[in-house]
Amino acid sequence: MNIQVSLDVLPELLKGAWLTLQLLFISGFFGVLLAVPLAIARTSSLVLVRALPFAYIFFFRGTPLLVQLFLVYYGLSQFQVIQDSPILWPILREPYWCAIITFALHTAAYIAEILRGAIQAVPPGEIEAARALGMGRATTMGRIVLPRAARLALPAYGNELILMLKGSALASTITLLDLTGMARTVIARNYMPVETFLAAGLIYMTITFVLVRGLRWVEHRTSAHTRARPADVAGAGPGLPAPPRRGARD
Amino acid sequence: MPDLHGFEDELLLGLWMTVRLALTALAIGLVLGLAGAAAMASSIAPARWIATAYTTIIRGIPELLVVLLIYFGASTVLMAVARPFGHTGYLELSPFIAGSLALGLTFGGYAAEVFRGAFQSVSPGQREAAQALGMGPVDIFFRIVLPQAWRLALPGLGNLFLVLMKDTALVSVIGLEEVMRKAQFAVGATKEPFTFYLAAAVIYLGLTVISMGILAVLERRANRGLPGMRVT
Repeated sequence: MNIQVSLDVLPELLKGAWLTLQLLFISGFFGVLLAVPLAIARTSSLVLVRALPFAYIFFFRGTPLLVQLFLVYYGLSQFQVIQDSPILWPILREPYWCAIITFALHTAAYIAEILRGAIQAVPPGEIEAARALGMGRATTMGRIVLPRAARLALPAYGNELILMLKGSALASTITLLDLTGMARTVIARNYMPVETFLAAGLIYMTITFVLVRGLRWVEHRTSAHTRARPADVAGAGPGLPAPPRRGARD
Repeated sequence: MPDLHGFEDELLLGLWMTVRLALTALAIGLVLGLAGAAAMASSIAPARWIATAYTTIIRGIPELLVVLLIYFGASTVLMAVARPFGHTGYLELSPFIAGSLALGLTFGGYAAEVFRGAFQSVSPGQREAAQALGMGPVDIFFRIVLPQAWRLALPGLGNLFLVLMKDTALVSVIGLEEVMRKAQFAVGATKEPFTFYLAAAVIYLGLTVISMGILAVLERRANRGLPGMRVT
C-alpha cells in the first residue's frame, strides 16, 4: 500500500466524480418526473391503467441495470430507423445521454414503487376532508395527496438515491469517465489498482455521507409540524407564550 | 420468438454459470452476514468496530468497484505474497472466485444489518429459558435463536438475494462467462445487440420470478405454526 499514490490520483478522480454527480442528478430529475405519472397510474382503480406501469416497473426492477444500459446504448443501434433518425441518433449515439436515459428509466421504476406506497399511505381522512372542501380529483391529487406522499416517500427516496449513486458506476462500462471509469483509466496507466480503487471508494463514501446528511436535513426541515414546539417542551420559554393546545389533556 | 442464431446453448451455459455464481456468493454472504451480526452484538469492542466499518464501507461504495477491486487488487496482493517464495510470474484470482467473493462481501454487508435486526427481535427470555434447560451456547444459537430470527430475517434476505442475482451481471466486466458475457459474444458474432441483450433481460426476469416463488415458499415454511401469519 502506498498512500502517496492514492493522494496523487485524487485530482483526476475528482474530475470523474463531477461526471458521476451530473449523471446522478440529471437522471434523478427526469426519473422523478417520470415516476409521478407512473405512480398515479399504478394506484388507479382501473385494471388496464394499472397494468402498464406494473409491466414497466416489473421489467426495470427485475433485470440488471447493466442489461438495461447495454440495451439502450448498444441495442437500439440495431434498428436502422433509429440510426436514420435526425433527432434520436445524435442523442442515442452519445454514451452520456444513453447513461442518463437508462438511469432515469431505471430509477423511475423504483421511485414509482416508493411513491405508490406513499400515495396509498396518505390518511383517507385527509382526502375526504379535501373532497368535503369541494376540491376536485385533480386538485386533491396535486395539493393534498402528492405533497403528503412526497414527504412520506422521502426516507425511502434517500435510499434509492444512494443506490443510484452506486449504480452510476456502470457508466464506466460504456466508455464514460465517471469516478469508476476514471479510476480504471488511471489504473491502466499506473498499475496501482488497490490504491486507486480505494481512493475512488473513499470519494464514493464521502458523496454518500454528504447525501445522507443533506437528506436528513431536508427531512428535518419538512417535519417541523410533527415536532414539539420549544415552548411545549420547556414550559413557557422565552418569546411568545405557548398557544392554547387543543385537545391536550394535562 | 426472435431468431437467436443457434446461441441458445451458449446462453444456457451462461445461465448455469450465473446460477452457480449467485449461489456461491449467497453462501459466502450468509456466513459473512451472520459473522457480522454476531460481531455487532459482541461485547468485544474491536469486533464491533470491525463489523461496523465493514457494513459502512461495503454499503457506501459501488458493487462494480468492489468487483474490480477484488479482481485486480487480489492479483497485486497475491503477487506480493508470492515474490518472497521465488514466484515472479503473473498471478490472479479466477473471475469466478473474485466475483463470488465480491458479491458475497456485498451481500454480507447488508445481510449483517438484516440479521442484527432479526436477532434483536428474539426475546431475551427465550435465551434464558434455553440456558435454564441446560443448553450450551451453540445449541441455543442453532436451535432456539436462529429458527426464530430466520423467520424475521427472511424477507430482507430475499430482497438482498434478488439484488445479488442482478449484480451477477457485473462479473461479466471481469470476464466471467455468465449470461451477460455470453450475450456479448453473441452480439459480436451476429451484430444484433438488441436481440441478445433482450434475451439476457428475459433470462434475468425468469430468474427473478423463480427466486420470488422459492422465497414465498420459504417464508410460508418459516412462518408455519404461527396463527394469523400470512405470507404476502
